[in-house]
Amino acid sequence: MIGLNRKDALLFITVTVLVILAPFILNPFPEGTAMAQMFNAGYPDLMQRFVIFGILVIGFNILFGLTGYLSFGHAAFLGIGSYSAVWMFKLLSYNVVPAIILAIVVSGIASLIIGYIALRRTGIYFSILTLALAQMCFNLAYSVLGNPQKGINLTNGETGLQVYTSDPQYLMGENAPELPHLFGLVMRDSLELEIGSWAFTLNAGYYLCGVIMLATFYLSIRIFRSPFGLMLRAVKSNQQRLSYTGLNTRPYTLCAFVVSGMYAGLAGGLLSSMDPLAGAERMHWTASGEIVIMAILGGAGTLIGPILGSGFIEYFKNILSKINDNLLHQWLSFLPDGLEDALVWVLHFFVGKGWHLTLGILFMLVVIFLPGGLVELGKRTGGLFDRFRNAAEGSGKERNQSPRKAAE
Amino acid sequence: MGILEVKGVNKRFGGLRALADVNLTVAENSLHAIIGPNGAGKSTLLNCLVGKLVPDTGSVMFDGQSVLGQTPHEINQMGISRVFQTPEIFADLTVRENVMIPCFAKRDGTFRMRAIRKVDAEAEINEMAEKILVDVNMQDRIDHHAGSLSRGDKRRLEIAMCLVQRPRLLLLDEPTAGMARADTNRTIDLLKEIHANRDITVAIIEHDMHVVFSLAERITVLAQGSPLVEDTPDNIKGHPKVREAYLGEAH
Repeated sequence: MIGLNRKDALLFITVTVLVILAPFILNPFPEGTAMAQMFNAGYPDLMQRFVIFGILVIGFNILFGLTGYLSFGHAAFLGIGSYSAVWMFKLLSYNVVPAIILAIVVSGIASLIIGYIALRRTGIYFSILTLALAQMCFNLAYSVLGNPQKGINLTNGETGLQVYTSDPQYLMGENAPELPHLFGLVMRDSLELEIGSWAFTLNAGYYLCGVIMLATFYLSIRIFRSPFGLMLRAVKSNQQRLSYTGLNTRPYTLCAFVVSGMYAGLAGGLLSSMDPLAGAERMHWTASGEIVIMAILGGAGTLIGPILGSGFIEYFKNILSKINDNLLHQWLSFLPDGLEDALVWVLHFFVGKGWHLTLGILFMLVVIFLPGGLVELGKRTGGLFDRFRNAAEGSGKERNQSPRKAAE
Repeated sequence: MGILEVKGVNKRFGGLRALADVNLTVAENSLHAIIGPNGAGKSTLLNCLVGKLVPDTGSVMFDGQSVLGQTPHEINQMGISRVFQTPEIFADLTVRENVMIPCFAKRDGTFRMRAIRKVDAEAEINEMAEKILVDVNMQDRIDHHAGSLSRGDKRRLEIAMCLVQRPRLLLLDEPTAGMARADTNRTIDLLKEIHANRDITVAIIEHDMHVVFSLAERITVLAQGSPLVEDTPDNIKGHPKVREAYLGEAH
């Protein structure tokens, strides 16, 4: 079915349905209620981040999940993609198509260079090399290539690259929109739906990113099931045996690195297409770290893990950073005053700007108790249900446990 | 002239002379064993043959071509397969996938990017993999994780991975080390069967005399980095120099 085996096709269709219905699923509470303010996540800005970071981590997973090479510099490609896209807006027009294409091409070239250097080493040394090279890119973007006084100004330094009215925009049409658009369809445009007291926003930009994410997800499934994917898994399993089997591991890992770098560039291009602004902070090493955390939290080496991981982190980042001391006081008002203040004082460090702390703890818990990430959590709960069902049937016989394939 | 010609090979590790002027000829389609006490240089010699080590001097010719300076994957593509002392397999992959990888290497060379085509759709490769697993009697384990196999099965899988490439020379490094007697005997039978039914030259490094004398057609005894004698098993058995090397009477 659609070029996938039954199980993969089912997974792909499920993700497709979720992407289409996300504006509804993420807005479960009626407009204006306290719950809606807190937990509704169906607004364009956040939904765009869900799918764009989904693309980023799906690509990262092709490298890290399949080959086991842990890159600590993938944010560099995200940044390079962002800058490339904004340059297309400055030079050509606000159409997102050339912007996205250039983002992919430039990040592909950058990842070829960085990958060629970093892949001379394996393990921790590879990670350190990618980290160092990405920090170099960050510094280039932040100061060296962003200095208006020196004549070279590719990135506009700490202000960030943006489009000015004085920019040439050679291909700009007469009545073309002054915002990023896809052949006239403005990315910020939304269709507002009000059903009873519920409000839903169907955003053009979100759906463009969603369609692109589905395409990249499909491609990643095909790569996982291809001979190329098999070789990448073999690299992770036993490089020595692979080279004594007559296969050259370097081009395989380099291809994986470039493909995942291009995924990151695409994500960067889309970020700029949603909001035509690119800053160096996108390339900072903490951003690279976040990508790694998303991949591991979701379940590295699995198909759906990257989407779960990026969605989970973006969602909780959003909620936790919204909570402040006033809200905490409100929630805990049922407690005696002293206890309330004490508890708020403690929780204060975990919410708002301190959401990193909560995320860090969650990450540690997952790594310690669920090394397979959220996917493993799903599998274990599934296994629990199976056991209950077996017990209920009273068969007592062991089920035929078909051996699991490595890249499930 | 043999399929493998080693001439005047020397290898030093610092002050240690691991290989001293080794000359060795392995005849085509023979089953040749290299034996010797611990530290005789057996494994160093093997590593020089497969590109893991480069000898200081001397030449190693395989079928008229030099293997020196070639990488392990290039040497494999020339037709030399190696079985390791501890089985080197893809433990995270299934048995089927383990044997498919060498099939791809044989067909597609050292690198080919096929990222869209499905592994399941590669009928010819799947067939080759299934057939070789029948040959080594592992067809019932085809969907098992390779890492979950017993030691003996891992060894058989590794041999299958080498055989499916139809190498011209199969090198085995103590293939029965750490195996139970029953597994050892099964491996001996498998190697005998391979040698009888396929045009493969087999060179084996072995410690276990039982294995050597039940398999080899020719034996080279290595001691302190250089070949002591080379002869048929019957002549080796009673050879005074060999007893000397193993029991350490002289020197």
